[in-house]
Amino acid sequence: MAASIVQLRDIRKTYQMGLVKVEALRGVNIDIQAAEYVSIMGPSGCGKSTLLNVLGCLDHPTAGRYFLGDQDVSQLDDDALSSVRGTRLGFIFQSYNLIQQLTVLENIEVPLYYQGRPEAESRAVAREAATRVGLADRLEHRPYQLSGGQQQRVAIARALVNNPLVILADEPTGNLDSASGTDILRLFDDLNCQGKTVLLVTHDPVVARNSSRTIRLRDGLIESDMSNGT
Amino acid sequence: MNNPASAVSSAAAQPGESRFLNSLTPARLRRTFRLAIKSLWLHRLRSLLTVLGIVFGVCSVIAMLAIGEGASFEAQEQIKNLGSQNVILRSIKPPEEQKVTEKASQSYVLQYGLTYTDAKSIRSTIPGVSVLVPSRIMRDYVWNISRRVDCDIVGTVPWYPEMRNHHVARGRFFTDADMEASRSVCVLGAGVAQALFPFDSPLGRDVRVGGDYYRIIGVMEARGKGLSTSQTEAGPKATAHEMFIPLETAKARYGEVLIKMRSGSFEAERVQLHEITVKVASRDQVLPVAEAVKAVLKHHHKKQDYEVVVPLELLKRAERTKQIFNIVLGSIAAISLLVGGIGIMNIMLATVTERTREIGIRRALGAKRRDIITQFLVEAVMLSGAGGLFGVALGITIPLLVTWFAAMKTIITFWSPLLAFSISALVGVVFGLYPALRAANMDPVEALRHE
Repeated sequence: MAASIVQLRDIRKTYQMGLVKVEALRGVNIDIQAAEYVSIMGPSGCGKSTLLNVLGCLDHPTAGRYFLGDQDVSQLDDDALSSVRGTRLGFIFQSYNLIQQLTVLENIEVPLYYQGRPEAESRAVAREAATRVGLADRLEHRPYQLSGGQQQRVAIARALVNNPLVILADEPTGNLDSASGTDILRLFDDLNCQGKTVLLVTHDPVVARNSSRTIRLRDGLIESDMSNGT
Repeated sequence: MNNPASAVSSAAAQPGESRFLNSLTPARLRRTFRLAIKSLWLHRLRSLLTVLGIVFGVCSVIAMLAIGEGASFEAQEQIKNLGSQNVILRSIKPPEEQKVTEKASQSYVLQYGLTYTDAKSIRSTIPGVSVLVPSRIMRDYVWNISRRVDCDIVGTVPWYPEMRNHHVARGRFFTDADMEASRSVCVLGAGVAQALFPFDSPLGRDVRVGGDYYRIIGVMEARGKGLSTSQTEAGPKATAHEMFIPLETAKARYGEVLIKMRSGSFEAERVQLHEITVKVASRDQVLPVAEAVKAVLKHHHKKQDYEVVVPLELLKRAERTKQIFNIVLGSIAAISLLVGGIGIMNIMLATVTERTREIGIRRALGAKRRDIITQFLVEAVMLSGAGGLFGVALGITIPLLVTWFAAMKTIITFWSPLLAFSISALVGVVFGLYPALRAANMDPVEALRHE
């Protein structure tokens, strides 16, 4: 068996909402191999976002263990989690989440900046990532000067720049028209072909069908986990 | 890789440690500064308005300190002119009602003031007194042909210049020989010389006072308006012009009764000595000697017809005044910087709320809490530091303008801009810390969801 990059073991997450306890995740087990392209689907309120937060090391699970690569990240402290996010994960958001006062190139550089890489080196790496998503001629633009599709490409370049183990995408096409959405999905395909592990959260079946494997969540539990035939 | 226990620390700790060191490099700090400038520049007007509080605080501190320092320097100079080792005794006219009762007793001649006996008894009874300069002061016009100056004619002793720290600029002061022979020689104050002989050297020329002529043998150096005559009776005009003649000459010419006839009023006074300067050997003896002198005089005088001026005491009082001034100034500075700091805190809190999303993004992309703290703290310090810098520039300019336009002496001590600037930077740290901590302690998930 190939090495699993992500291993979730009986992950539980409970929120205290006022007086009631809400169980968002009730024992989730997932294994993701390197270079897989997985989508997570489910109706709203099923625990998708919570799962993504845990996967993205933005939140601690209440119980269970989470191995990312060779490391148990389920109980790391804040600084260590930040490190993990900066070095091993790439984030793509529905609303792009670019920093408005920075240029395209500077936005792409941000994860490297927090790793403390020398400026010249990180600049070169960022430029390369921008070229990879087809934005080599937009480096000095500001986010508001770009179309939605272009902004999402910047976000993808930013997610690639630190050469992460897993790229986490949260509804990456949710804010885009279908043409740019298709463009972005093609880009995900390309990345996956180049050996990147992509984990995508969506409620759009068309987007999910693009991936090689679909995990369906319902009420904090995995309802089904199957590979897409085609 | 399926062995979690060993893997927990290894991967995280190594980059974590090296990153901590990296976060201290100047290159990284420079980038943080650049980022801060960018963010502040985005809200130019807001940053400017925030900074103004600090600018005015710092500027007022430096400017007021410079002006105060200048004023107290001038006061101290004046006091030092009197000689810090001196005790100066002056005759003053006793209060008016006493004069009436006195009049009834015998004559219209008012008799008061210090006497030769006083001088003698001070010299003989008080140890540690080195020199005494008795002097008489008469008001009269001094003439050079048709030029006339209203002048204090000071009859004094040859060692006056060294006693009073007031030296001859040209020519010489009169000597013991001049004194013994009661020669008609005089030394002019710089103001008098300038007024009577505006175009040529006064040395060797004669001036007329009443019906007598005096040969000019010297001119004193100019000095700032002193405190030399008592402020109570004589205005600043009187202090400006002085002419010195030997005491014996003055005694011979004027006798002891002074008759003043001016613009219709008639006054007769009998005063032996107008002023006695007592020089004390060492500085720490000044105050005890002053006490002793007071005791001696009290014994000889029934009325309070003299005053004792102790320049050292004045100096100390001036220093104390300056201290109080500094405390007041310090409190004003503290308050204005506090207000400025609150302004900065206010704006930083607004900034943090406004940029919650950015904070979430940065946290998701690997920023640690301390990275966020650094970012916002640098912004706050930059605001206050820029305010400090502008404040220093303005605070240095204002005293220069004051000196230029109002001809007031101002002194900018080298430490005041330094202190003001570092305090303003410190204000940035103190008041930026809370907003920065608030930014750093945000939950990344919440921050990302923030609209």
